[in-house]
Amino acid sequence: MWTPSDPVPPGASPLLSVRGLNVKYGHDQGPVSALSGVDFDLDRGEIVGILGESGSGKSTLALSTLGLLPATARVEGSIQFQNQDLLTVDESSWRAIRGAKISMIFQEPGLALSPVMRVGDQIAEVIRAHRPGTRKSRKQECDDRLREVGLPDVERISRAYPHQLSGGQLHRVAIAQALACHPDIVIADEATRSLDVTVQSEVMGVLREIKRKLGTALIFITHNPALLAGFADRVIVMYAGRIVEDGPVAQVFRRPLHPYTKGLLQLAPRYPSQESLAPRGRLPAIPGSLTDADRSARGCVFEPRCSARTAVCQSESPSQTTPEQDRRVSCFNHGN
Amino acid sequence: MGIESAAKPEVKAALMRTRGLSKQFVQRSPFSRKKFVIDALVDVDLELAPGCLTALVGESGSGKSTLASCLALLEKPDRGGIWFEGNEISRCDAEELATLRPKIQMVFQDSAGALNPRFSAGQIIAEPLEIQGRATGRNLRLRACELMEEVGLSPDWVDRRPSQFSGGQRQRLAIARAIALQPAFLILDESLSGLDLSTQAQILNLLLDLQTTHALTYLLISHDLSLVGQVADFVAVMQQGRIVEQGTPQKIFAHPEHPHTRDLLNSCRVIESAFRTAQAGGRS
Repeated sequence: MWTPSDPVPPGASPLLSVRGLNVKYGHDQGPVSALSGVDFDLDRGEIVGILGESGSGKSTLALSTLGLLPATARVEGSIQFQNQDLLTVDESSWRAIRGAKISMIFQEPGLALSPVMRVGDQIAEVIRAHRPGTRKSRKQECDDRLREVGLPDVERISRAYPHQLSGGQLHRVAIAQALACHPDIVIADEATRSLDVTVQSEVMGVLREIKRKLGTALIFITHNPALLAGFADRVIVMYAGRIVEDGPVAQVFRRPLHPYTKGLLQLAPRYPSQESLAPRGRLPAIPGSLTDADRSARGCVFEPRCSARTAVCQSESPSQTTPEQDRRVSCFNHGN
Repeated sequence: MGIESAAKPEVKAALMRTRGLSKQFVQRSPFSRKKFVIDALVDVDLELAPGCLTALVGESGSGKSTLASCLALLEKPDRGGIWFEGNEISRCDAEELATLRPKIQMVFQDSAGALNPRFSAGQIIAEPLEIQGRATGRNLRLRACELMEEVGLSPDWVDRRPSQFSGGQRQRLAIARAIALQPAFLILDESLSGLDLSTQAQILNLLLDLQTTHALTYLLISHDLSLVGQVADFVAVMQQGRIVEQGTPQKIFAHPEHPHTRDLLNSCRVIESAFRTAQAGGRS
């Protein structure tokens, strides 16, 4: 059964603690900032949803937590995990962390899995890299993982090659592989993007089960707020590499404070009901798009696209405030 | 044939219409003599009303893209007929097809793969104009700039390459190329999946605007029912190569008749209702 790799008494420091994270990528016209001043904590067994459009820095955040940033990236700040700063550990220590303590579910399992290896062997490979054991014990563990993600007929599936499995089955295998060593943290980067609805709700169900059974902490990156409801504990809204709002999902969805969050929630897919079908017309959209110029301009990064902007937004950058317990927001006009 | 002549008036009314369209793919196993026959399309009857947006929904593998390829004249059906503007086109020869192709255009899902990375934005848009002889020399570039403006891209970017655009901008570029020849019919094969929600909404709004200015007829292929519900005039649901249900979104979403439609709607409803409950402040 699951034993935390480094037990800490409850109420102690968070599992993962990110402070002042800045990431810049080299660029012909000077460096572009992908993350600036990102602070957040992840508790044991917590599900944090990271919400934002493309270019908001979601994937850069995921890659920094796994030590997978390209060598050209300039990184500042700290990521504390089990008494070490992940930004300073060397590659050999990373090998002991990646896959064993922090792992990732990739967007396209069809591409992430090797086409020439049986899927069972691919899961066993992760276990072999991190733990001593016999071929037989690994086979046993691999079958357990496949069962944990709700796959029937484990015997057949573990002997199958990726092309012999359906999209939904492949997704489950990718999740089983990420869970191979029962890590403390799993990062899912747009894990359900480009899946059809039936498979999508299947995969969400599997992740929910895993939280319940194993208590794995999950960082769930998405652009669709509807997926976080009833699933994530907390939502972090990112724009242009900054955290613009952070709080418990229930509260943020009921009363979003940042205009960007309000815009994103409006975009959430609607179940086709009589009321939503009545007027067929233009869809609500957040006007404009994020440009590299916005990132370095004075004032709030969201100002050019904001519907609630005032004079101050153009000249000054809002600092983070705590309007309520457990909630953070970066906006001058969040009260209105 | 009797059936065809009886159906003639109807055939005229629809911009595009298929009757009994069937297509099989035969796959040979590389290791044995075994053959696998896949029924990609089975007796598909579909009518596309002019000036309307028809949505084709279904799971992956249900045959949506094969149907799109047949309608785009990229794939020949095994059986059945296709009528376009009242003429049967499924038996046309290569020469006749060449005159038809400019009228039917397609926008693909993966914009990065659909645009030549070595061409500039201007070259990408101008290529069909040049091939069809609609413009030459300086006019090509001018026309490309006009089209870029029409799809919401700055003409200053005419010399940029696809890799310098974001995903949403690349899809705008693909749309500019598709409307360059002023087609009557545009097939959008999952053109919106893979884009984030706000970009999706922006591109859809662009498509709705173009529909009015260019009198376009759309076939939107999507697996996203909530998206379809917001924009479609007609919906056709596919499963295993067959169209199992079709009608207005009002009818299909309020009174789904086929079990498969109900399944699709249910998966959509589970995610959506949790979200609405959270927004209303209830416990989910």
